Amino acid sequence: MTMRFGNPDRPNSYIGKTVPRPNAGRLVQGRGRYVDDIVLPRMVHVVFVRSPYAHAKIKGIDASEALAVKGVLRVFTGADIATVCTPWVGVLAHLKGLKSPPEYAIAVDRAAWVGEPVAAVVASTRLAAEEAAALVDVDYDPLPEVTDMMTALDDATPVLHPDMGDNLAFERTHVEGDIDAAFASAHKVIEAHFKTGRHTGVTLEPRSILVDWNPGEGHMTAWHATQAPHMVQVVLAEHLGMPESRVRVICGDVGGSYGIKVHIYPDEVATAAIAKIMARPVKFIADRLESFTTDIHARDHEIWGRIAVAEDGEILAFDIDDWTAIGAYSVYPRTSAIEGNQVVNLCGGPYDFKNYRAKTTVVFQNKTPTSQYRAVGHPIAVTVTEGLVDMAAAALDMDPVAIRHRNLFADDAYPATSPAKMRFEGLSHHASLTKLVDLMDYDALRADQAAAKARGVVRGIGIASFIELTNPSPMMYGIGGARISAQDGCTVRMDPDGSIVAASSVTEQGQGTEAMLSQIVAEGVGVLPTQVRIVTGDTQSTPYGGGTWASRGAGIGGEAALQAAKALRNAILEVAGAMLQCPPDTLDIRDGAVVNMSDGADRMPLSELGRIVYFRGDTLPKGLPRELVQTRHYTPADYPFAFTNGVQASYVEVDTDTGHVKLLKHWCVEDCGRVINPQLVDEQIRGGIVQGLGAALFEELHYDAEGQLLNGSMADYLVPMAGEMPDMIIAHVETPTLESELGAKGAGEAGTAGAAAAVMNAINDALRPFGGEVTAMPFTPERVLRGLGKLQD
Amino acid sequence: MKASVGGYARATDLRHALDLLAQSDGMGRVLAGGQSLIAAMNMRLSTGDLLVDINQIAALKGVTLDGDRLRIGALTRHAEVATDPLIARHAPLLRRATDLIAHAAIRNRGTIGGAIAHADPAAEFPACALALDATIHVDGPDGPRDIPAADFFEGLFETTIQDGEILTAISLPIAEDGEWQVIHELARRSGDYALAGLCVVRRKAGHRIVCISVGSHPELVPDAMARMDAGDIDGAVVALRAAIDPPSDTQASAAYRRHLIGVLLQRAAADLNGEPQ
Repeated sequence: MTMRFGNPDRPNSYIGKTVPRPNAGRLVQGRGRYVDDIVLPRMVHVVFVRSPYAHAKIKGIDASEALAVKGVLRVFTGADIATVCTPWVGVLAHLKGLKSPPEYAIAVDRAAWVGEPVAAVVASTRLAAEEAAALVDVDYDPLPEVTDMMTALDDATPVLHPDMGDNLAFERTHVEGDIDAAFASAHKVIEAHFKTGRHTGVTLEPRSILVDWNPGEGHMTAWHATQAPHMVQVVLAEHLGMPESRVRVICGDVGGSYGIKVHIYPDEVATAAIAKIMARPVKFIADRLESFTTDIHARDHEIWGRIAVAEDGEILAFDIDDWTAIGAYSVYPRTSAIEGNQVVNLCGGPYDFKNYRAKTTVVFQNKTPTSQYRAVGHPIAVTVTEGLVDMAAAALDMDPVAIRHRNLFADDAYPATSPAKMRFEGLSHHASLTKLVDLMDYDALRADQAAAKARGVVRGIGIASFIELTNPSPMMYGIGGARISAQDGCTVRMDPDGSIVAASSVTEQGQGTEAMLSQIVAEGVGVLPTQVRIVTGDTQSTPYGGGTWASRGAGIGGEAALQAAKALRNAILEVAGAMLQCPPDTLDIRDGAVVNMSDGADRMPLSELGRIVYFRGDTLPKGLPRELVQTRHYTPADYPFAFTNGVQASYVEVDTDTGHVKLLKHWCVEDCGRVINPQLVDEQIRGGIVQGLGAALFEELHYDAEGQLLNGSMADYLVPMAGEMPDMIIAHVETPTLESELGAKGAGEAGTAGAAAAVMNAINDALRPFGGEVTAMPFTPERVLRGLGKLQD
Repeated sequence: MKASVGGYARATDLRHALDLLAQSDGMGRVLAGGQSLIAAMNMRLSTGDLLVDINQIAALKGVTLDGDRLRIGALTRHAEVATDPLIARHAPLLRRATDLIAHAAIRNRGTIGGAIAHADPAAEFPACALALDATIHVDGPDGPRDIPAADFFEGLFETTIQDGEILTAISLPIAEDGEWQVIHELARRSGDYALAGLCVVRRKAGHRIVCISVGSHPELVPDAMARMDAGDIDGAVVALRAAIDPPSDTQASAAYRRHLIGVLLQRAAADLNGEPQ
């Protein structure tokens, strides 16, 4: 049976509707179960001693005072852990030239960033372990540190890893068309320098892991706040020397991830190694202060960009020179080169133009490693692209909407390939922009802006089109040799009373995965969503799959769930046909009962079918299949990625005396293909926008020249908060992917991708009459004032 | 992180609290609202404290009018300052300040006595106390003392409270007819410590100006006050910018704060020239 998504009155029509989240009641009742809620017999706590130096040789470690603290059991050094745990190297074969040295779970003889673990203290309580950690005496010999991105490759700068030869981790240049000719012939060339602030994800629940090793069974169980349990299973098995079948990773409730929890962290692997050595459960919960120096950072980029335009506004060329600094090691196993690589892939993404050159230069430095954080690379690419497009429009005296309509890929141009060689199956840039302009009442807003100006109030409107990479195929990681699955699977089972259990390899991070799966399975089988129990986050009881990252849960995990549910439906109807002595294709399942396909008349509740199959199978024809459990997997294959598109707008008010920016309103129209649960998608977009607004106005990690983090606390590192958030109006255009029956693409990163660029363009729209401009995020009051030329010192 | 606490005792009255402090061998710390102290302990910036909890001491609570002075008990919560009718009428600066202090949960616990005793240069109440010419009442082993706010704040988180003393209340002259009390500040986010701020009080005797977040502790700015008395707002801005020595940090540079404080004074002056309050 094919799904008739176009008909809202179809039976069991849950896909496309806002249905309640099955886990919401549990969470609001305080019945969530996060890693730190789990207490096991004989459990101990580990606290890490962390390097106070950005770069230092470790000459010796004296733990005698620490070991004297009551409750302390063991103190481990890097060498101790290395006896059971092999180091790793965060490279991918398809990122040609990417290099990184072996990284140990605990630094062995050299610390390379402030916060790198150098010893571990295990005690019966967290308090005792903290007391003792302060008493571990590490003898450091400070080494020269590399902390400035733009001089990292200079001859005068010390080489951070002498074995690597230089401080260059990765470099890629992509050229398409004739850049030099395009710029030489352009009517206008606009050049700008952009900066995006180094920031981090700040999850509500910090990184958490509890590991139990049972030597009797040779079996390890890790309760882990992660996005990718199967990836963690692979890594623990490989580096701690166990078969994968003997490693079980359980990912229960997770308090937000945003990409932060999709990486392998040295302290978490060390926790597993310690559990194996001590043969007792070991818990590590990162505290908020150590999270700032040990959770991955992201977005630390400087970009020089040029755009060439013709007199009529046609974009002739983009030329992008991107620099980023990643820390001392490329993060395992996804690497730290993806972000820069994405900038090359995504700049100019929405536009149909011919000539493109983009280069990314990724350097090592003695800071916290950077890696993938929500909307990897997108906010940087969108900021540069949309910033340049608006500057070009201003130079041509063109309206920002008009220059976009002039250059966006036509809605009937697909399939299409961008100058960066990204393949688009079907996008809706013009329809989305038109919808946005209607939604925000663009002309009325321009009138309001002019009226405000007349009374001395400075306001600006900014627009940012974007593309978003979702549903990654094996072309993202698998092709590079990483054991990171691009497939997802779902097992759907009918229990004797007719209720359904579905186990999926995608994980719930708080974003509503289980709600999305429950409505897909309910519709696919033909039962109520409340009759579906969803199981996620357990490598031992779910099919194999990638998990939650790169906006893949609904598009890939959802399709696997749909196909498994439909297979179960067919299996049920085969039995029902035999019981009711009619062809299965004359029957349907609706609201948990077998009915006539033609008139919907009730034939048999699923509980009766379950009773017969499970308890009186003797009454069924011999040889009749009665497989009321079905598993399906899905891997995207037609396209490397399912690109989505969208456009955002921001309306801001700028206080030109103080530089303070007030967000008045924000709009987003995006196209994630089939919308499965409108409310969940809207809230994904809103949450993503909030993180993008954080990038625009608030979030920035500051380091000094010695590599010390200067603002690693919630008092000094400003996350976006409710008081500053504007109303956000969200709407959708739906262009389902034809690659899957479900047609869903991802929606997790669209909000973050475009929000900061929209705000930047809005601020610059406000500042332009004063000759001001800002291009370095976040746009603090001081930077805005300096952009206006009102502050000299 | 886990706080490392030396001990905890709940005082039943002021005498008990003073005795507990006297017995603490210098490790005693008064626990009122705990909105700064507990955070510091949880970051292990302060360890081994013997906490003397004064929250149950009835004598430290309440707002009373005593002739032409308003007395505010040390344990008065920020949320109570925000809604107290006597404060709204006689010291509107304090009520306005509560709109700028942190978030609801913090205002529900934090106390005015704790905020003034903590003497954070970025906090509103210490600056307000000096701008309003408050008197700080303390009690200790040698009996009670009354300290003018001008003699109370000594340096970064430093006051003239002695070891073993407890801040019991503040009192201040009630607002005159036609008195102006204005507070202006700019913070990156609602409830954050201000990048810079100032309180301006205009009385018959003249203007009083105290800044927030631009020095080590609240201080009057006589040159700027004199320019304001003379009606020279531009001169006051110049004098104020010259008088302060603001810090540079990850939020803003000293140059920005110096610029901002002048803008805030101009805005305060514009308020002062509006309708009487």
